[in-house]
Amino acid sequence: MDKAPVSFRINGKTWSGSVHPLKRLLDTIREDVGLTGTKEGCGEGECGACTVLLDGSPVMSCLVPTCQAEGKEVTTIEGLVRDGELHPMQDCFIQEGGAQCGICTPGMIMAAVAYANDPDSAEDMREALAGNLCRCTGYTRIYEAVRCAMEKMGDSGRSGKKDEGSRKKKAGAT
Amino acid sequence: MPQVSSPPTFQWIGRNPPRKESIDKVTGRALYIDDLKFEGVLYGKTIRSAVPRGILKNISFLPGVPWGEFTIVTAKDIPGKNIVSLIELDQPFLVEREIKHAAEPIALIAHPDKGLVEKAMNFVKIDVDELPAILTIDESLSGKNIQWGTDNIFKTFHIRRGDPDSIWSKADVVVEGEYWTGAQEQLYIEPQGVVAVASREKGVTVWGSMQCPFYVQKGLKPLFDLPEDKVRVIYTVTGGGFGGKEEYPTLPAAHAALLSWKAGGQPVKIIYDRIEDMWATTKRHPCRTRIKSAFSRDGKLAALKIDATMDGGAYATLSAVVLSRGTLHSFGPYKCEHAVIDTRAVFTNSPPYGAFRGFGAPQTIFAIEQHMDRAARTLGIEPDELRLKNILRKGDAMPTGQIMKEDPGVDGVLKKALDESNYLEKRRAYREHNHADSRVKKGVGFALFFHGAGFTGSGEVFLDSKAGVELTAEGGVRILSANTEIGQGSFTTHSQIVAEELGISYEMVEVATPDTAVVPNSGPTVASRTCMVVGEILRKAAADLREVLVKSGHLPGGRHTPEEFRRAALRYRETQGELKVFSKYQPPSGIHWDDKTYTGEAYGAYAWACYVSDVEIDMTTCQVEVLDFVAVQEVGRVIHPVIAKGQIEGGVAQAIGWALYENVVLHQGVMQNIQLTNYILPTTADTPPIRVFFHEHPYPNGPYGAKGLGELPMDGPAPAIAAAVAFAIDRNIASIPILPETIFEATNG
Repeated sequence: MDKAPVSFRINGKTWSGSVHPLKRLLDTIREDVGLTGTKEGCGEGECGACTVLLDGSPVMSCLVPTCQAEGKEVTTIEGLVRDGELHPMQDCFIQEGGAQCGICTPGMIMAAVAYANDPDSAEDMREALAGNLCRCTGYTRIYEAVRCAMEKMGDSGRSGKKDEGSRKKKAGAT
Repeated sequence: MPQVSSPPTFQWIGRNPPRKESIDKVTGRALYIDDLKFEGVLYGKTIRSAVPRGILKNISFLPGVPWGEFTIVTAKDIPGKNIVSLIELDQPFLVEREIKHAAEPIALIAHPDKGLVEKAMNFVKIDVDELPAILTIDESLSGKNIQWGTDNIFKTFHIRRGDPDSIWSKADVVVEGEYWTGAQEQLYIEPQGVVAVASREKGVTVWGSMQCPFYVQKGLKPLFDLPEDKVRVIYTVTGGGFGGKEEYPTLPAAHAALLSWKAGGQPVKIIYDRIEDMWATTKRHPCRTRIKSAFSRDGKLAALKIDATMDGGAYATLSAVVLSRGTLHSFGPYKCEHAVIDTRAVFTNSPPYGAFRGFGAPQTIFAIEQHMDRAARTLGIEPDELRLKNILRKGDAMPTGQIMKEDPGVDGVLKKALDESNYLEKRRAYREHNHADSRVKKGVGFALFFHGAGFTGSGEVFLDSKAGVELTAEGGVRILSANTEIGQGSFTTHSQIVAEELGISYEMVEVATPDTAVVPNSGPTVASRTCMVVGEILRKAAADLREVLVKSGHLPGGRHTPEEFRRAALRYRETQGELKVFSKYQPPSGIHWDDKTYTGEAYGAYAWACYVSDVEIDMTTCQVEVLDFVAVQEVGRVIHPVIAKGQIEGGVAQAIGWALYENVVLHQGVMQNIQLTNYILPTTADTPPIRVFFHEHPYPNGPYGAKGLGELPMDGPAPAIAAAVAFAIDRNIASIPILPETIFEATNG
C-alpha cells in the first residue's frame, strides 16, 4: 500500500502530510511532524514512553496507526508549554524529582496530565499510571509530582487523598 | 521531604536546587541519541548467531533484497584488531571462526531505508557447524568441555582468616545452606544506541547513550589502529544505564563505526529495539552461593565458609571485578574470626553477563542474609537479636582483616529501621494472624548490609582520575569531567559541590558535555564513585581555582559574594585569558590493600543500611505483594535530598523486581522472554510506598562528607522480602525470583 494524505491537529496546529496509513503515529510524530519529545521504549505498548493524548485521552502512539488520528487533536509533550509557561505537571516534575533519566518522562507526564484533567478516569493515581514504566524512580517521586500538580491545577488534591486512603486501608487490613 | 539535617553553614549542600537538565527532560527538548538528525544517515543492523556454539562456515546474502545498495561488514573488513579491549583480550567485535554464544555478532548491514534494512536481515544465511555448548555452571565446572583457559574459570578469589576447620566439630550448631539468584536485565527504558562517523582521513567520532565515554574510546583505538586524538566519543543524554551502559556500548559503537568506515564516512546509526537489547546485551550474573556456618548455642558466629560461583557467560568482560565485589560483600556486616571464602566466575556459552547496579554484591548479600535468617530459625533466636550479637563494631575485623576504625553505628541503623517499620509488633501480630488464617499469609523481614563505595582495593589508584573546572565567558564556572548524567543526578550534585566550594550560586555552575575531546578522564560512571570520588576531585579543583584567583589578586581571601566572584572571574579572563584547573585522585591516607592475599582495606568507605519489607501472600494465587518498605541508610552526607531519596526509591523498586518478578528464562544459553510482555517489571501497581530515612555520619575523604549511595538500594530489598516471605510461610527461602511457583512448591512440596 502506498502513502496517503492525512491531516490532524497537533499541539493546536493543523498538520497535513502524506504517510502510509498504517505507519505508527509515534513514527509520524517523530519523523514527519518532527517532534522528538515522544519516545519509544518497547514498541509494543507495554512501557508507555510513547504516550500522547488523542482527543484528550492517553494512547500509546506505537500502537496507533496514523490513519486513526485523521481529523483528531494530538497533544504531545511539546504541546504542554503555553506562552512560554510550563504546565504545572512539568513544574512539579522538576520540583519533586519526578524525572531522573528522563526517557519515560514525556509519556509519564502525558498520562499524568490526562489523569489530572479527569481524575474519574481511574480508580487512583497508581491505576492511572500503571501503563507507564519507569526504571529510575520507583514511582514515589512521580506520585509527589502528580499530587503537587493536581493541587496547583485546582483539584485540591482530591485524588492524592484518595490514593493515600486506599493504600493505608490495604496495608492495615490484617 | 527526606529527613536529613544540614548545618546552616552550607549554602548548597543538603538543598534541592532543580536538576541541571530537568527542564529539557520535562519539555521533551532533551535530545537522546535517536532524536539526533544526521544528514545522509544509514541505519545499521547486527546479524547474530542463532546457536550457542559452532564454527562459522559461510555467510550468504540471499536474493530478494538489493544487496548492491547495502554496506556490509564482516570480520575481514576490520582495519585493526578484532578484539574488545577490556580486562582480558578474548572477545571479538565480529566472529571470525568460532561462535561462542547465541546472540554473537557475525555481520553488519546498513542502508538508508530503515524498513529495508530490517527486511534484509531475513535474507542473510549463516552456515554453522554446531559444537557442544556449556549451558550451566555445573557443566562448566565438570571439566568435560573446556572452552576457556585450562578450566573454564575466568577468575577465583580466596580470603582466609583463622581456621574454620578447627571449629566445625566442636561447634554447638552448624547451619548449611545453598542460595541462588537469577540473572536480571538492566532494562533502561532507552535501548542501546549510537551514531558513528568514521574514515581513515578524519578518524572516528561516536555519539551515544553510555556511561563511560573513555571505555568506548579505549575499545575503538585498536579496532581502527588509530591514536587517541583520532577517536572522539561524545555522550548524548542517556535514558538509564544501571551498569548496562558501562562496558556494552563499545560493541554497538564499534559496529556503527565499522559500517561508516566501509561506507566512506557516511554516518551510521544503530539503535537496538527492545527485543535485540534484551536478547543480546549484558545482564546481572547468576550466582550460586553455598554457606556453612558454626554458631554457639547463644548465637555467636564462630566460623564461616562461603563458596560462591558466578556464571560469567562466553567472554571474560568484567566478570573478575564483579566477582571481586561479590566476594568482598559475601560475609556481610558480621564479625567472624574464622572465615574462609572461595569464589569463582566461570565460562558458559551465554552472552557475557556484565555490570549491573550493585556489581556482584546483591547476589552474595542475598545469600548471607538469608543464611543469617536460616541460622536464627535453627537456633530459635529472633533474627534481629542474632544480628545484634554479631555485627561489626569499633575495633572488630572483617575476614579481610579490615579493622573498623570507628563505630559505624549499625546498631542505630538497625533500630531505626525496626522502629519505623513497627517490625517487632508486626512479627507478633502476623504470627497470630498466620496461625488463624490460611488464605492470606503475612510476613515482615529485614536485611542488614553495607556497600563499599568506589573501586575495590587499589582500583581507584590505578584509575588515576582527573577532573577540573574552568572559568566561563560569563564569569561562572564549567565542570570538566567524563562522568555522565544517566538519571542519577551527577550533573546536579557535582554542581552543588563546586558552587559550595567556590561560594557562588548553583546557577553559575555549568557542566561540559562528557566528550573525550573536551574533558579529562575522570574514570567511569560506575561503582557509586561519581559523587564520592569524582565529587571530591572537583571540590579540590574548585578550591585550587579559587586560590589562583586569590593569589593573582583578583579575589579577596576570605568571604566573597557570588557577584564578586563573577567580576573577579571576568577580570581574570580579560587580563590573563582562560583558566582551567585540574585535580587528581589522591588516595586517603591509611588505606592499604593487598591484591595477592586479598587483605586490607577493600573500600575506604562503606554505606550501611537496614531495609524492612512487609508482605502479604495470597495462598490461592501464591502471589506475593509488598505492602510497605522501609529503607534506613547511613551515607555520610546527603548532597541533594530529593535526588538521594529518588536513588534509594528507584533502586528499591528495581530490586523488588529482581526479588519477585524478573525471571530471565534461558534456552540454549540465551534469554527467551525478550519482551516487556513476558519479562515483568514492577509497575506502579506492584511498587509499595517506599519510606526512606538517612543517617549522616560525614566521611572525611568524601566531598562535604558524602559517601556513595547509588548501588546500596539494590542490595537490601531481595533478602528483606525473602525473609518476610519465609516468615509468612514458615519455610526457608533460598532463591529468587520468588515466583508464585516458588511459593506453591515450598508450601506443597
